[in-house]
Amino acid sequence: MTRRHPSEQLIAEATRPPHGHADPFGARMGMWLFLFTEVLLFGTLFLVYAVYLETYTREFNRGSTTLAVPVGAVNTLILLTSSLTMALAVAALHRARRRLSMALLAATIALAAAFLVIKAFEWADKFDHHIYPGSEIFAEAATGYELFFNLYFVMTGLHALHVAVGAGVIAAAILLVARSADPQRRVALLENTGLYWHLVDMVWIYLFPLFYLIG
Amino acid sequence: MSDDAEQTQVAKPHHPPIPPGLYVKVWIALVLLTGVTVTVSYLDMQKFTVFTAMLIATVKASLVLLYFMHIRFEKVVFQLMILFTLIIYAIFIFLTFADYSYR
Repeated sequence: MTRRHPSEQLIAEATRPPHGHADPFGARMGMWLFLFTEVLLFGTLFLVYAVYLETYTREFNRGSTTLAVPVGAVNTLILLTSSLTMALAVAALHRARRRLSMALLAATIALAAAFLVIKAFEWADKFDHHIYPGSEIFAEAATGYELFFNLYFVMTGLHALHVAVGAGVIAAAILLVARSADPQRRVALLENTGLYWHLVDMVWIYLFPLFYLIG
Repeated sequence: MSDDAEQTQVAKPHHPPIPPGLYVKVWIALVLLTGVTVTVSYLDMQKFTVFTAMLIATVKASLVLLYFMHIRFEKVVFQLMILFTLIIYAIFIFLTFADYSYR
């Protein structure tokens, strides 16, 4: 193994052409800084949830029983599997297996779509039962009951938005990997896409028990 | 495998490549833990319901962070940044409840 002098390495990095991801370390650092802002965004909502769970424990338990555990569990398995296909897609591109990587990315998008379709049916079912923010049925219900569903719609809605955006980013990544003359140049891009996708998965890992399993 | 010959300079991996089999093992663990958290939720544990659910969720999230997001194999600076973020969030939680509990 040939080891270059550190200064040589620095010069090589500094004079590298400015296209593509010539600086994978910087790219990852930037991505993580962005992810921290996402943690703050969802973290604040989780904090609001925690305070109201403490205050309205009984109403939150009652609200939770109206959500179908099997549906939430299936969606959890779908997102976990999509994280696996995403991680494998990055690994495949590392090994210069472009087609396999693209197929795994397509599978990730399909799983994201399945998640969103199931979520849409869940929401539609709640709307049919007149459960939505500002619904008249909450007029007679206890405050905590309405708060539970408001948080449910805001938090799962914001999460679903992230799933949709993530699927769009993955679709763009497929195009870039497909068109790139040297697909290995896209490894950093794909790794960052993966980091985002795994964060979205992690948020759901907490959302699922908090909304479906506390009843 | 001689990665040095194969990989171009721009794509030099920042950590030893993680074998795909490890990802599959982590996924199996995540699926099993999902089964555990659903099963356990049917037990009547009163106050410990939320605590248990959060404990299992944190184990799952840690697996995702350590392996899927390869923080276990990352540079120390990333590990410290995440630790720092978690400490700040813990302070947020502590301050909020410290304020809320004494109103």
